[in-house]
Amino acid sequence: MADNIDQGGNLAASTGVDPGAGAVDKRRRRTLIAWTGAAGAVAGLGISGPFVMSMFPSERARAAGAPIEVDLSKIEPGMMVTEEWRGKPVWVLHRTEGMIERVPSTDGAVADPESRQPMQPDYARNELRSIRPNYLVLVGICTHLGCSPSQKLEVGEASGLGADWNGGFFCPCHGSKFDLAGRVFKGAPAPANLEVPPHTYLSDTRLLIGEDSKRG
Amino acid sequence: MGPTNSLVSWIDERFPLTSTFKQHLSEYYAPKNFNFWYFFGALSLLVLVIQIVTGIFLTMHYKADADQAFASVEYIMRDVPWGWLIRYVHSTGASMFFLVVYLHMFRALLYGSYRKPRELLWILGMLIYLCLMAEAFFGYLLPWGQMSYWGAQVIVNLFAAVPFLGPDLAVWIRGDYVVSDATLNRFFAFHVIAVPLVLLGLVAAHLIALHEVGSNNPDGIEIKKKKDLATGVPLDGIPFHPYYTVKDLFGVAVFLAVFTSIVFFAPEMGGYFLEHNNFVPADPLKTPAHIAPVWYFTPFYSILRAVPPMLGSQFPGVLAMGAAVVIMFLLPWLDRSPVKSIRYRGSLYKAALALFVVAFLVLGYLGTKPTNVWGQFGPWLGGADRATVVARVFTIVYFLFFVLMPWYTRVDKTRPEPERVTS
Repeated sequence: MADNIDQGGNLAASTGVDPGAGAVDKRRRRTLIAWTGAAGAVAGLGISGPFVMSMFPSERARAAGAPIEVDLSKIEPGMMVTEEWRGKPVWVLHRTEGMIERVPSTDGAVADPESRQPMQPDYARNELRSIRPNYLVLVGICTHLGCSPSQKLEVGEASGLGADWNGGFFCPCHGSKFDLAGRVFKGAPAPANLEVPPHTYLSDTRLLIGEDSKRG
Repeated sequence: MGPTNSLVSWIDERFPLTSTFKQHLSEYYAPKNFNFWYFFGALSLLVLVIQIVTGIFLTMHYKADADQAFASVEYIMRDVPWGWLIRYVHSTGASMFFLVVYLHMFRALLYGSYRKPRELLWILGMLIYLCLMAEAFFGYLLPWGQMSYWGAQVIVNLFAAVPFLGPDLAVWIRGDYVVSDATLNRFFAFHVIAVPLVLLGLVAAHLIALHEVGSNNPDGIEIKKKKDLATGVPLDGIPFHPYYTVKDLFGVAVFLAVFTSIVFFAPEMGGYFLEHNNFVPADPLKTPAHIAPVWYFTPFYSILRAVPPMLGSQFPGVLAMGAAVVIMFLLPWLDRSPVKSIRYRGSLYKAALALFVVAFLVLGYLGTKPTNVWGQFGPWLGGADRATVVARVFTIVYFLFFVLMPWYTRVDKTRPEPERVTS
């Protein structure tokens, strides 16, 4: 590059365009090129901002991702409802006392019994992975490749998953199994427990999914 | 040898990187006397890039569906982060594209840039201009506003005026009996892929042709005739890079200042860049009171309106409008002057060019207005619309510029061209 510019400078001198071009101040030239290049880079970076930002979720998509409210009084013990939040299935399972008691019995069989991986907000980082023991809130998307696991809440042979099945979820795509706290069993293709979305209780019977706490 | 140099030589052994750079930039010798008018080629290239980049990002959010198109444009304007900016840059870019291309073409008229050996360069440029008109027309339907809809309706119906084949041709173009969802979808396909592909190919060909014959200059003489015997470099030539890259960068900075001022402060440009009626969703049952194309088409629209129906057919007007564009292709062969540049031409050509520019501007202005804008003549002219009569006069002036060119350029009193370019 520098060679070409020199050639140009000398050419200009020989054709009389710029009589002063014979004595090239290379230092000054380098400085000017560097500053021009830097200014161009800043401008380029600035203008790329709006283009990159236009690809983020629009106001409409953000509104669709707003928190949703669930009425818990309509969920009987042992029942589960599926709600849509940000286009994903979110499960709310009303665990019975029996279900709650069965969760610790799988501690030895699951990969991450203490929920060390960040698959839940801090307030749900406990054995039952919930704020209230009775209610389990999970994003119903398998952490393997994104299928939605099926409910296998029955115990034993009735579930079709063997006599020692304690109830939980089974992914039909690649056979990952999860217990009644959404914890993944060892040996399953899924690498992590099912995700617990941010959620909070507005009252005894009103659950808000999508926000950690009620904002003022 | 530094790492950059060794990478370059690695590439050079496999791809003509350095030699291409030299051929088209650092050892492409352009005349040293370029002036203001020589900014507009580079600026058209800049606007082309702006249009392609903003267009790609608009496509990410736009819906080519008659039920959703209008709303999706408003969605871009209100909900998409920075969508308003990208859309306004694209709509302003359309008008600025025509502005710089018109100035670029006017430069060719000033300095005879279409003359031998640049006939093919001129024809390639004209084809680019045609593509640009197609691109603008197809793109204008996409927002699916009232002007989009009725503008497309009127233009497609021009094809219906073709004798015999016309009505079937119009149905075939629309894919329906009216402008509809089918029309919108195919216009979208033309606008985002078909025409841009052709456009890019033509721009490449235009540049290759330019670099083959070399740039003309304000003196209209061939710098290749006087070369340095030792180096073979034209004595009046300077390397495009860095001289003209730096000059053009300055032009780009000034142009972008104007461009962004429009984008931020007057994106609708009082209804000339984005027409007011286009903020109303398309309604196939209700035509707006006044239909006009966007400003860059109005000279030709005026010619269309100026020609009266003959034998109960609109076809002569359509033909005249088409001829107004096609006749420009013939410029290289219509001009018989012994000199190229207006600097050495006589008063006849100067007067003819001035009249032509006035005709183009007046026709352009009238095309944006209803035909009754200047009222009517008295009974002595049958109460005709003044604007229509003026448009007819200037339509004749427009065509006479071309038709009489072989005569007035030959008899014009020219001055001798200099041996070397003047500063």
